[in-house]
Amino acid sequence: MSKDRVQITEQDGSGPRPLLELRDLAITFTTASGDVPAVRNANLTIMPGETVAIVGESGSGKSTTALAAIGLLPENGYVSGGRILFDGEDLTQADSRRILELRGRSIGMVPQDPMSNLNPVWKIGFQVKETLKANNLARKDIHVQVAEVLADAGLPDAARRAKQYPHEFSGGMRQRALIAIGLSCSPRLLIADEPTSALDVTVQRQILDHLATMTSELGTAVLLITHDLGLAAERAEKVVVMYKGRVVESGPALEILRNPRHPYTQRLVASAPSLASQRIKSAKAAGIESSDVLTLETDASLAKTDDVIEVKNLTKVYKLRGGGGGSSEFKAVDDVSFNIKRGTTLAVVGESGSGKSTVAKMVLNLEKPTAGNIIFDGVDLTALDKKSLFNFRRRVQPIFQDPYGSLDPMYNIYRTIEEPLRVHGIGDKKSREAKVRELLDQVALPASSMQRFPNELSGGQRQRVAVARALALDPEIVICDEAVSALDVLVQAQILNLLADLQTELGLTYLFITHDLAVVRQIADHVCVMEKGRVVETGTTDEVFNSPTQGYTRALLDAIPGSRLELPPEVA
Amino acid sequence: MLRFIFRRVLQVIPVFFGSTLIVYYLVFSMSGSPIDALSGGKPISPAVVAQLTAQYHLDQPFFIQYGIFIKNLFTFNLGTSFSGRPIAAIIGQAFPVTARLAIMALAIEAIFGVTAGVFAGLRKGKLFDGTVLIASLVVIAIPTFVLGFVLQFVVGVKLGWAKPTVGSAADWADLTLPAVVLGLVSFAYVLRLTRTSILENMNADYVRTATAKGLSRRRVVMVHILRNSLIPVVTFLGADLGGLMGGAIVTEGIFNVPGVGNTLYRAVLAGEGPMVVSIVSILVLVFVLANLLVDLLYAWLDPRIRYA
Repeated sequence: MSKDRVQITEQDGSGPRPLLELRDLAITFTTASGDVPAVRNANLTIMPGETVAIVGESGSGKSTTALAAIGLLPENGYVSGGRILFDGEDLTQADSRRILELRGRSIGMVPQDPMSNLNPVWKIGFQVKETLKANNLARKDIHVQVAEVLADAGLPDAARRAKQYPHEFSGGMRQRALIAIGLSCSPRLLIADEPTSALDVTVQRQILDHLATMTSELGTAVLLITHDLGLAAERAEKVVVMYKGRVVESGPALEILRNPRHPYTQRLVASAPSLASQRIKSAKAAGIESSDVLTLETDASLAKTDDVIEVKNLTKVYKLRGGGGGSSEFKAVDDVSFNIKRGTTLAVVGESGSGKSTVAKMVLNLEKPTAGNIIFDGVDLTALDKKSLFNFRRRVQPIFQDPYGSLDPMYNIYRTIEEPLRVHGIGDKKSREAKVRELLDQVALPASSMQRFPNELSGGQRQRVAVARALALDPEIVICDEAVSALDVLVQAQILNLLADLQTELGLTYLFITHDLAVVRQIADHVCVMEKGRVVETGTTDEVFNSPTQGYTRALLDAIPGSRLELPPEVA
Repeated sequence: MLRFIFRRVLQVIPVFFGSTLIVYYLVFSMSGSPIDALSGGKPISPAVVAQLTAQYHLDQPFFIQYGIFIKNLFTFNLGTSFSGRPIAAIIGQAFPVTARLAIMALAIEAIFGVTAGVFAGLRKGKLFDGTVLIASLVVIAIPTFVLGFVLQFVVGVKLGWAKPTVGSAADWADLTLPAVVLGLVSFAYVLRLTRTSILENMNADYVRTATAKGLSRRRVVMVHILRNSLIPVVTFLGADLGGLMGGAIVTEGIFNVPGVGNTLYRAVLAGEGPMVVSIVSILVLVFVLANLLVDLLYAWLDPRIRYA
């Protein structure tokens, strides 16, 4: 089987020579418990100037495959088979000096997380300068050259910016600096490892557009690594889908999207949130189907249409310490009002810095509003005393973004879920245990997981635990602050389905804080779009998605990767 | 940056007064009257008692005494010791010796500790790393006075490479062996701290990015890993300088170094309150200034701190 493939690729080689060719590449990690194959039989071809995307979830081996091409495998990883041909030269046989020569000048890299990939102790300009110097491309007027390189990557006011440190840059700015570094030596191949996954959608789009323009001007081939099938299809000519260390499918991008053959790709296409934005609310529909009887009830309660939460003219002002010893005011939330009807989901959408999380904190009563009221079931939260606040906390529960950070690593799962019950003095030991079992059952985790610790669970399982903990006190409202943003798409779809099911089952009300419009489409009934602390648009999900009235909302919608793809109805 | 320095210098003031007040109070409330200690328990005439009481302001309330002490401290008018020599002169003689010793010890632990730590970190799991880890553990486990006597005997007496004891001159050469002993334990800590810090930073994302840019291994280590790894090490070294200045009592005793530690030890034994307080206050000042220096160095190493 693998032999056939080699022959096929060699036949392809009769045309123009591929820039990068992986042939039956295998990568193995040495661990304490023996060798673990991370990548097996990976084949991939990139022609000069072409953009190829590797798509897969975390742990699929997509980053490992790409990093092997530039000799950047982690210490315990090595190429255990196959060949990496760069312009015909086998890099698995090349010595370290040759690899060093290729890095930067022939193969550039734009890494994933702009927050951690710039050295915090050196100025941005310095980090660009040393790249040019190391590759012998420095001109005499190096400072001018550095500013040019940064300006080319779309950094405004580059000469002044070059003198600043990474922490003075926003995420988008840092990513531009990293792109500047990656492209500063005009490499023939650029490895872009999730270059925008940490950024807001609108910034993401600007950066990807800019990257596309630059690479096509320079004639640079791009190996794009992403977990987002929609993004891959939109940006790349060819897509390679990886699953558990193997290439399961590859071919022209649109072809794969329209006609996925491998079962994994089919699932990926079905649950890709960016593509789901083109569809009906599948998660919700599935939930309703599975519990038809209960739906009638919730529909009835929906008919009552009482507002369980009413937010009126909410404002939050922070004092910032100014440069000259004084302080200035910063309005994080500015005159925000919205209502949430019982049993429905309101999504508050916005980019980082829009004030959406501050709103969530105030509704949870973790922050005091500067002005305005939050009326919960007819009671003004701002006027609650300590005891009624304690009771309020029972009825409103949060689920946070990071399932790694929000679970105490020293508490086992039982203790994690049982803790809120104990704190509120509910039931005795026995009934609490029964409740924990019931909750685990509701979130589809086996009862045997009670004795396990968070580090033994996957991200999706942890988020299920977080959901179970939030539900322990039978709350009426669950506030999900980016509750699925840290998860892989398939896991994300599962958790969204779970939340939808629980909503119909228990009549829950959700306040969903997210930056991801694609997720909103799947879960929300109403949407509230925030920009710079203000609400710019509200309406039902269909209204906002189908006929946005504000330019900002439209920009957000356009920025969803894959939104511009035309898909046939059977997929859409 | 200037703002940061200014704020940080202002913080020195309450720390200095707070700690000297505590030390002064502790010595003030030490058991027995200072006059008894001075006279060695022998009966003395009431006239002498009255004269000494007035001289040392022993009849004044605590805060007045403290105020007079602070005033005297800043005018270098520290009074005289029981032996009749001015305290300022005694400290003036002992302090440079200890400062020399401490700086040598600090240099030894910083230079050798960081270098060995970097090599061990970069070659994790190799022979050098293993050897150094075990050796440093041995050094940490053995008490200083054992190390001191053993080195004194082996290097000083048997091999004759260095003078086993330090004379009143206490020049750089004389102090080498005591400085090695004094710095040895901290050297082991610096080594381990540097090694851990290097290991942590080696896997940082920005190090991988630096490698991907085409930088040589050497440059990646020197420019990207080292500076970031030094931040915790510098904190340790700064705190240690203060400790070295005051904590050299054992080492100074073994090698008979005429430094602050020796003087302080004798003053404590003799119950010489004013001398103890004066020395300790100066040590506090040194400690506070050393920490100030660390913070400034810290801010230089890590730009994020300057704006915090």
